[in-house]
Amino acid sequence: MICLFPIYWTLTTSFKMAADVMKGNMIPWPAQWTPSWDWAKNVFFTPKWKGWEAIGLSPQTLMQESTVRAEFLKRFANSAVISLSSSALAVGLGSLAAYGLSRFSYKFGFMKNDDISFFFLSQLILPPVVLALPFLVLYKELALLDTRIGLILLYTLTVLPIVIWIMKDQFTTIPTELEEAAMVDGLGIWGAFFTIILPIAAPGMVAAFILSLVLTWNEYFFAALLTSTHANTLPVMVASQTGSQGISWWSMAALSFAAILPLIVIGVALERYIIKGMAAGAVK
Amino acid sequence: MSGEQLHIVTNDSITEARRRLGLGLIWGSAAVLAGTAAMQVIQARGSADFGFSNWRPTLYAYVFWAICLCVAQVVVRGEQGKRTLFVLPAALFVISLTVFPLLFGLIIAFSSWNLSSPTGREFNGFDNIRQMWGDPFYWNALGNMIWYVLAIIAEYAIAFGLALLLSGQIRARKFFRVAFLLPLMLSPVAVSWMIGKSMLEARFGPLSRLARAIGIDNPSFFESAWMAKTTIMVLDAWTFIPFMMIMLLAGLQAIPKELQEASRVDGATGWKAFWEITFPLMLPVSITAVMIRIIFKLKLADVVINTTAGGPGGATDTVTSFIFREYRDRSNVGYGTMLAMVYLVLIVIFMTVLMKWAAKYARPQT
Repeated sequence: MICLFPIYWTLTTSFKMAADVMKGNMIPWPAQWTPSWDWAKNVFFTPKWKGWEAIGLSPQTLMQESTVRAEFLKRFANSAVISLSSSALAVGLGSLAAYGLSRFSYKFGFMKNDDISFFFLSQLILPPVVLALPFLVLYKELALLDTRIGLILLYTLTVLPIVIWIMKDQFTTIPTELEEAAMVDGLGIWGAFFTIILPIAAPGMVAAFILSLVLTWNEYFFAALLTSTHANTLPVMVASQTGSQGISWWSMAALSFAAILPLIVIGVALERYIIKGMAAGAVK
Repeated sequence: MSGEQLHIVTNDSITEARRRLGLGLIWGSAAVLAGTAAMQVIQARGSADFGFSNWRPTLYAYVFWAICLCVAQVVVRGEQGKRTLFVLPAALFVISLTVFPLLFGLIIAFSSWNLSSPTGREFNGFDNIRQMWGDPFYWNALGNMIWYVLAIIAEYAIAFGLALLLSGQIRARKFFRVAFLLPLMLSPVAVSWMIGKSMLEARFGPLSRLARAIGIDNPSFFESAWMAKTTIMVLDAWTFIPFMMIMLLAGLQAIPKELQEASRVDGATGWKAFWEITFPLMLPVSITAVMIRIIFKLKLADVVINTTAGGPGGATDTVTSFIFREYRDRSNVGYGTMLAMVYLVLIVIFMTVLMKWAAKYARPQT
């Protein structure tokens, strides 16, 4: 109840008129069926597309030109591109590293396997503020400020430790006999990795991918600092709307809801994988 | 932690020419990198113009060098190199994106650098530290962090309770899991608007209405310092209690059923069974969950920035949100970086102590 009510509230608010917001009516109900009792007036409200009109996504306005919608779609595309590609990059790099660390013993100077793992995981502790300002300056020099690539690189960095953690856990549960058999059959290390191990580890990769997707989709801090006009992501747009328009509840609600909708869909559809991913570290 | 490892005996014969080719790749590309960087530095100092408009060429040269380094691993070391290739890309990536900015950040931290001022960077020694020492808002933000971290204890207790409840009942489990997962999936920014701004709105938010119905006359969630702090804690908890709960639930389900049954046969019930069987068994999982939670808590910023912007009077500031505002309002990169660096040092010390302590505590049980 506590978990779901805010989502419900946002969704319904996006269909409200100003008066309905003020009165706090809770349940959408078509006007012609509303009973004329007194209490009904305080509970039911007539759904309107007002909030969605404001961002150009209501049925009436869907066919018309709308600058707000174009803006919204641009942000949406930015968010999608950035979070998808950084998650993909992180899962790629992370799985390779995790596989290597779970199978071979390395020695880079004084760094042994455990040191390398710790080095990767210690990135988790690093608070983003520490990196934020140096990156701001560096990106300015590199002309990467306000570009998608800049954010992609940074986001990959932030989710990489989590991916490595989950994937290492995955790979250690796969028996090494599998690769040994594959190599007897004449495959190289990389061949064995791609044809035998990856398919087995696929569920773990999906879990890691989705978790990174969630984290990068929602990231606000770096996005707010490092982007201004071109590479803005959705959270930045949502946040900037709060201040600028006075507060038009319905359009804010519509916007917020549109921003969280993809994740709600993912969450409901792929719940099994996500829970598996999060539980990976917990249970040994 | 580490499972079995692959032991393969390989027998590469790498010719001298191949070896030389590989080394040539590494050093050749390194020379390209050094050359590009040198040319850029010369241009930056103004003594010659090579027509670069930004530092990107150096970046490209760096990427080129990194790729050559990876390729050369296989060329020079054969089978052994192919193994290195698994870890090397990720390692290079992380090193170039953290170690380098950190070193760079150290330089910035000891300078006064207003990004919008034309004079650029000025080295100012320990001025930033001195300024920090006398900055009540920074210490205030650090103090707030302690409270925020302490709130995790309550969050942990609630999460554990919920996990126990959920592990018991079977009906509609799927529904509950999805319901608990959703807060975690939502963007903190949207959350802070949805709950912080709209549901807690003093005049007509549903929660204020509820408070009024209970009998609180003038509910305001952000007026007094403590109330605001608590509200932020609750908002943040709303997103992360489910996270802890899922981890704990996974832990609970991994406990062998026989143990609980055995304890029941021995006559341990209710609280006693919980404290003597379940809780000790759950300790390692609990520690992991709490650790991760602490790490995330220390990064807490977006909720604060978007609901209260640190107010009233800095009562809800976290270090991150404070630095964010410090930069946005005064765009002084140097001072902000110094604050962040000090924060990093504090966190590293804190986490090291915590991990040592946790390791000592968890050992007897495992």
